[in-house]
Amino acid sequence: MKFHALAGACVLGLAAGGAMAETTITVATVNNGDMIRMQGLMDDFYAAHPDIKVNWVTMEENVLRQKVTTDVATKAGQYDVMTIGTYEVPIWGKQGWLVPLDDLPDSYDVNDLLPAIRSGLTLDDHLYALPFYGESSFTMYRKDLMEKAGLTMPEDPTWGDIEKAAAAMTDKEAGIYGICLRGKAGWGENMAFLSAMDNSMGGRWFDMDWNPQFNTPEWKDTLTTYLTLMNEYGPPGASSNGFNENLALFQQGKCGMWMDATVAASFVTNPKDSKVADQVGFAMAPHKDGVAKNGNWLWAWTLAIPAGTQKEEAAKTFIEWATSKEYTALVASKEGWANVPPGTRTSLYENPDYTSAAPFADLTLKSINAADPKNPSVQEVPYTGVQFVAIPEFQAIGTAVGQQFSAALAGQISADQALQNAQALTEREMKKAGYIK
Amino acid sequence: MARRVSTRRRVIVTALAWAMAFLIFFPILWTFLTSFKTEGEAVATPPHFLFFNWTLENYIEVNERSDYFLHFMNSVVISVGSTVLGLIIAIPAAWSMAFVPGKRTKDVLMWMLSTKMLPPVGVLIPIFLLFKNTGLMDTRTGLVIILTLINLPIIVWMLYTYFKEIPGEILEAARMDGAGLREEVIHILTPMAVPGIASTLLLNVILAWNEAFWTLNLTAANAAPLTAFIASYSSPEGLFYAKLSAASMMAIAPILILGWFSQKQLVRGLTFGAVK
Repeated sequence: MKFHALAGACVLGLAAGGAMAETTITVATVNNGDMIRMQGLMDDFYAAHPDIKVNWVTMEENVLRQKVTTDVATKAGQYDVMTIGTYEVPIWGKQGWLVPLDDLPDSYDVNDLLPAIRSGLTLDDHLYALPFYGESSFTMYRKDLMEKAGLTMPEDPTWGDIEKAAAAMTDKEAGIYGICLRGKAGWGENMAFLSAMDNSMGGRWFDMDWNPQFNTPEWKDTLTTYLTLMNEYGPPGASSNGFNENLALFQQGKCGMWMDATVAASFVTNPKDSKVADQVGFAMAPHKDGVAKNGNWLWAWTLAIPAGTQKEEAAKTFIEWATSKEYTALVASKEGWANVPPGTRTSLYENPDYTSAAPFADLTLKSINAADPKNPSVQEVPYTGVQFVAIPEFQAIGTAVGQQFSAALAGQISADQALQNAQALTEREMKKAGYIK
Repeated sequence: MARRVSTRRRVIVTALAWAMAFLIFFPILWTFLTSFKTEGEAVATPPHFLFFNWTLENYIEVNERSDYFLHFMNSVVISVGSTVLGLIIAIPAAWSMAFVPGKRTKDVLMWMLSTKMLPPVGVLIPIFLLFKNTGLMDTRTGLVIILTLINLPIIVWMLYTYFKEIPGEILEAARMDGAGLREEVIHILTPMAVPGIASTLLLNVILAWNEAFWTLNLTAANAAPLTAFIASYSSPEGLFYAKLSAASMMAIAPILILGWFSQKQLVRGLTFGAVK
């Protein structure tokens, strides 16, 4: 009897492979609204390409990053298309892990891609990934609270303006905190915000000889301003807040201002989930008085093809479709202009249908254009990336530094101590990796 | 003779038991409630307990977005397959260790258990490469094999403890009556060990069902079980608790129901041999 059960299990196991006629490509993707929407609109693609079938594997961001990195590094070949960010593209392109996308058809109109985004995906004049969705960060604020405080938000505020507004809006008795910012440790969490903020203070991660810069006045300025804002006017327990926690706080009317990803704009203005939907105003991410860089980052989710896939042609056909103008028009016709994936093409921001459906479109575009991955700071840098440094070692270093800053926010160590620790640990890792001789 | 228990004592003990049970059950209850909320209500502070707009939208969306049945079948095949395969290997092993122990039996048992002490991520890359080179990546067969190997020490240990409770004299008597090894195992040992085998089976099906390291790392599209189905609903940008809860309820429902129907065996098996 047991033998029957085993035989049954084996047969089922072997049957899992299955037989398929057409070319099936497996796409590894991240769980975000725009990607999920595409999975529901695949009929249009299948109608035009009946010989291609797409298998979706949806994952949470950290799991996705871990799995696609292992897969591409070992050439395991489980995926034919990978969803990767602007952090991975230059590193992987350099390693020869991605198929260069040089022969795009004219109809794709590659010159329509936003220059800031395209430049982050290009290495030695080869484009290595096509952007599906792009974002920057900006300031979201409560118009009603600003009015009550008798203030107006400039379109391009300084950190001084932000502090003044935070002080005026904070009413802890009523559970309203002037400012909500990321505090959770991680290279893509608090360090995304703080690295971009440091750019706006005139600072940088490394000098031209790859020496870490945490001992400079710019980083001290960054961390002390951040800690003052959060300790005086921020919500309690902020050292564990990430995007979602702050989103929930803002939607429930507990934050006066929130600086985070531009994608948040569509969430906080959606009356279904947000109590303050009609009261949200937008401004650029702040900068220090006299510094010509704003503290906004640049990120894009892109579709790339791992080198060595057997199904390169089908994969190319798919990613060209998914990032095309036609796909944008398709989403608009089925789900409305407010739901099209933003931040990749100039033509979208010239389209009056879109700009009237998305009141935050203008500032999103300005923010994206204000970020330059090749020149993130007013000082010269040896790396690519605004809120990250595109070297393989950065994930570990960024997270370790983020833990120091998160501990400073929680009051476990002083700002000076956190900066000293950050400097020491970054120096150690960079020496070990051979950047500093 | 049973002790007389005062009513007051009984009330206290009963209340305590209910309180403990509620405490343990609370996370599941909360997941259940959250799965019927909207995303906004799911993160509301203070939290809403029962008075919110109950909605099925999360279940509808999860069903539209993912192929539940594919993941469910993968989970069933992987957990049942690995447990049955494990039992087939472990029953003879545990029999020999319990009834004809050698000089090194204790060491072998301890050594088997020690393999469980290694953090799985320590061998992720070698196993990943092994799977890649043998074509087992993203197949149910591969997962059945790996989960069998992982749970084998537990299966052997559990069976060994149950077998130890069975007096060797009974088996001896059967031998005196002319039973061969086959008859001895099938007609004498197995019927007596059924509660033990049943609870081992159930516990290991649950362990394999919940296994979320190898099942996430060694699968992509074809063999991904319900653990991957749940994991796909977590998101760093955008609220997801309600949909994640709905996906979780759908993933644990089958095993919860199985546990409900078999709780008698489960409890009996787990307390079997408790008096030592």
